[in-house]
Order: sequence, then C-alpha cells, then structure tokens
Amino acid sequence: METKIDRLLSEPLVVVNVGLNKFAKSLEEQGVDVIQVDWVPPAGGDKGMMDLLDELL
Amino acid sequence: MPIGYVIRKNQYYDSVFLMTVNSRILKVKGIQQTAVLMGSPANKQLLADIGIQTPNIDAAQANDLIVAVIADSMQIVNQVLGNLDVWLNAIQEETPVSQLHTLEDGLAIKTNANLAVISIPGEYAAREARKALEAGLNVFIFSGNVSIEDELELKRRANQNELLVMGPDCGTSLIGGIGIGFTNAIRRGDIGAIGAAGTGLQEFTTQVHNLGFGISHAIGTGSHDLSDQIGGLTTLAALDALEGDVKTKVVTIISKPPGATSLERLLAKIASCRKPVIGCFLGVDPEIVSRRMNLQPAHTIDEAVGLAIKMSGKTSPTREGLSAVEVKMLSDEKAGWSPEQKYLRGILAGGTFCYQSQQIMRGKGITVYSNNPLVPKNKLNNPDKSFQHTLVDMGDEFFMVGKPHPMIDGTMRRLRILAESHDPQVAVLYLDFILGYNASMDPVGELVDAIEEAKSVYKQRGGSLTVVASICGTDADPQDLTFQVNMLRDAGVLVYDSNAQATAACCWLLGKR
Repeated sequence: METKIDRLLSEPLVVVNVGLNKFAKSLEEQGVDVIQVDWVPPAGGDKGMMDLLDELL
Repeated sequence: MPIGYVIRKNQYYDSVFLMTVNSRILKVKGIQQTAVLMGSPANKQLLADIGIQTPNIDAAQANDLIVAVIADSMQIVNQVLGNLDVWLNAIQEETPVSQLHTLEDGLAIKTNANLAVISIPGEYAAREARKALEAGLNVFIFSGNVSIEDELELKRRANQNELLVMGPDCGTSLIGGIGIGFTNAIRRGDIGAIGAAGTGLQEFTTQVHNLGFGISHAIGTGSHDLSDQIGGLTTLAALDALEGDVKTKVVTIISKPPGATSLERLLAKIASCRKPVIGCFLGVDPEIVSRRMNLQPAHTIDEAVGLAIKMSGKTSPTREGLSAVEVKMLSDEKAGWSPEQKYLRGILAGGTFCYQSQQIMRGKGITVYSNNPLVPKNKLNNPDKSFQHTLVDMGDEFFMVGKPHPMIDGTMRRLRILAESHDPQVAVLYLDFILGYNASMDPVGELVDAIEEAKSVYKQRGGSLTVVASICGTDADPQDLTFQVNMLRDAGVLVYDSNAQATAACCWLLGKR
C-alpha cells in the first residue's frame, strides 16, 4: 500500500516553511508551492507555559 | 573595555536577521565584539560566558531582542545602541514579512501540504515537528541542538504513521529534483541517495550531475540518525521508500561512521534489498563492510559516484589518480617553496570534506590534526591554532556562536587564512567552496583577496604558498560555476572537481604519492 512517504517522492511538494525565509525563497525559485511562517515563540518562549497551552488547545 | 546593551521586549527575529544585524554592527570602526540574539536560556548563557550578565538580561524572554556591544569607547557603544532602530529598520526593509506566525497558520492556508521545513531555534523545533507529524506531514528539520530523546521520539512517531523525518541537523535533501536547504541544482535521473552527512550528499549529487547523469531523490537523515541511540530509523525508512520508487535504480548511502549496532541493522536491511546498494561509510574499517550481501563498499564519495553510475547500467569516465599535466603543475608549485615550508593547512567549510580528507591522508600515512579528528589523539588543543598538518572544520559549533556558517559567509575563513599566513612553515593551503541554493552567492569572491594577500606574504619571505581548492557545484547552480573557477585560477589557485581529488593533490605535495 502506498504510504505518505511514497507520495512525498511521487507527488509535487507543497511546503509549510517554518523559520528561515531564505529556505522558502529558494523553494519558490524552484517552482514549489510554499508558504512562509515567520515563527515567533508562543508564551514568550516559556516552555512550561507552552506545554500548558498545548494541553488547553 | 566599555560594554553596553539594550533589551527590546517582544521583538522576535530569526537567526539570519540577527546575524545580518550582527555583521553590520561589527563593521563599525572601534567595535570589538557584538552579540545580537533572542533572550532564550541558551543565549543568556552565551552572554554570561563573555561576561555580560545583569538582572535585566536574566529576566529577558525568548521573544525579547538583546543587543550587546563591546567597543573601544563608551561613545561608540552609545552611538551604535542609540541608532539601533536605524539598523533594524534598514535590514527589515530588505526582508519580506509574513503575517503567519505559527505552523497552524500555515496549515490553514496550505491544507494540502505534504512537507514542513523547520529551521527555528533547536529548543523549540521538536515541538513544531511533533505538531507537523500529528497533522500528517513529512518533516525536514534543519535546526540543530534538538535532544537525542526528542529525535528518537519524533522518528518513532513518524515510523508508526509512515512519515519521514529528515533531521534534526539536516542540511540538505533533494526530493523529486527539488532542493531543500543547502542543495545544488541537479538534473533528475535514476540514482537514489541517502545521506547522514550534508556536504557528503552535496558532493555525491553534484558529481553525478557533472558526469552527465541524474538523481531521483537524495534524502538527508540528519547527522545523528545512524548513531546507536537513534538506530538509523530515517535511513531505514528512506531505503524502503527508494526500494519502492520506480524512478530509482540504485541507492547510495553516505555517512560518517555509524554506530556498530545501527550499521549491522542497516547491513541486514541492505542484504534484503532488490536494488543494488552502494555504501560509503567514511572512517569505517573497510573489512567491516567488505563481502556483505548486496553491498558495494566505496572508500570515497568519488568511488561511490563511479559505482552508482556503473550499477545503474551506464558507463562513467574513470579517473585514475592525478594526470601528467596535474603532476607537472604540482611539481612546479613545489619548486617555489622555501626550505622551511612543509605543512598543510586546510580551512574547510564542509564537515564531510574535513573528514574525508583526513581519511584519505591517513591512508597515505600522513598525520593530520583537526578540531574534528578521525581519532581523539589528533585533536587540536585549541581549534584557533593549527599544529603541523591541520584540517579545520570551520562549520564546527566552536566557530559558530552567533556567527553564520562558512557556507553562507566567508568572514571567519578569511580571518583564518590571514592568520595561517603568519606561519612561515606552511606550504599548502587547502580550501573548499560550496555552491548551490542558500549558500553564499560569491564564495570565491569573499576569500580571493585573503588568498592573494597570503600568497604575497610567502613571496615576500622568499617562498611560495601553494593554494589548492575543490569546488562542489554544478553549472545550473545560482552562482556562476565557471566564473567562480576562473576567479580562483586567476589568483593562481589549483582547482579540482572534488574533495578527494584535491586531497590527492595535497598528498602528492606532501611527498605521499
């Protein structure tokens, strides 16, 4: 049966780029369907608070 | 020395932006040291290590910007910090801004996404990768500094859900001809590759391309994947995928030494593959991988390229050592050395290149010291100071604190080249140049002045510095390969197509043929 990895290799890439903008830009230059996320640490980067948020949402 | 800092609450910037600010401030006359970073616990520790620690800094959070400056005078400190907004605004204007700030924001727009590429600070990367896997996406994690426990958990989770996790610490992948991260522009073909060594994968794919052939997929696994803690989970999943991929005829695996248990598990898997597998396990005793079922062992990446082309049913031009013309050029170079010149200094951007060169030199009986040595006894006491024959991996964390990787910016290598020129015993300088997406747009141009200056220093001493270079790139890369090569040749540099060939030239120069 075809897995998601098999489909990754056989179908066009559709990318969510989280972080460095230049990676999204180079994918775009290669004709890839990509969206850029300018990631910001949630909860001020407090990891305990981030875990709590994850549980609540 | 006068020190000053400012903290900007809730102003988050990514690492490339911060490094750009950092490098521009460093260019101000009278600035000795700068730190432009976010207030994460790891970064606050870095500041404390250079003697900058205050209650305000201790209280800063991960999305607070901290800019610290050490300068010759308080006037310069105040001048830089007082004009911070001018610097920040100027750089921000050059960078497009996205209104999306979370993975969920991105997924809401790209509902058909099949890959998340994650390059945020390591301490937060696993959390985002986990969310991407939960949403059914494959993941490419460029970030380093992800704990081994998190890596194992992510890869187990991916396995259960038949998804692929490339990384953490994954620099390069080529999926269906598309380069992700630091990759070269490579034509499509029927040779598959799996690599736990980023520049190793770039070297393999560029050589296949440059010989006229192509790559189906080249899957990066991250540098820890074949450790015994991780057990090669991504390598094994990638091997399964390439076995099932109709466009792939042969598979080549490139890595630095795997853990013993992981290697045995991988070899058992290779034995059951229907497609031929070439294994280039740098630094591994050839005896361990010889006479294994369905495995063609290769000692160097160049050898792996030749075997992969052959096993895919094509003929590849074979290259047997140095040509007569090359030997003549090397011989002419050597004739210019003064009697005291005898040592090699390799100032390298590619970690795999540093490693492979050491392996080749060890095979020729040459003792080489390094910050990342093949054997612990050859470790440099101080990575900043070369000793006898030295190969320095300038991409090592030691050199990277708050600074860009040498593949992006040549400043650190440039300084090191000039530092080496103070040692009259140096005879050979070896440099690698890596082209491709996301790398510096002019890697040679960044270093050529330093090369010329170093050469003139040796000339003034009555000797001659031989500079050897290898270029990892293709004619389709965003940089102009021919222009880069010509710039080196015009500066009197001996240029080779691969790290292995350049290393062979270095060995010849050191009298080991």
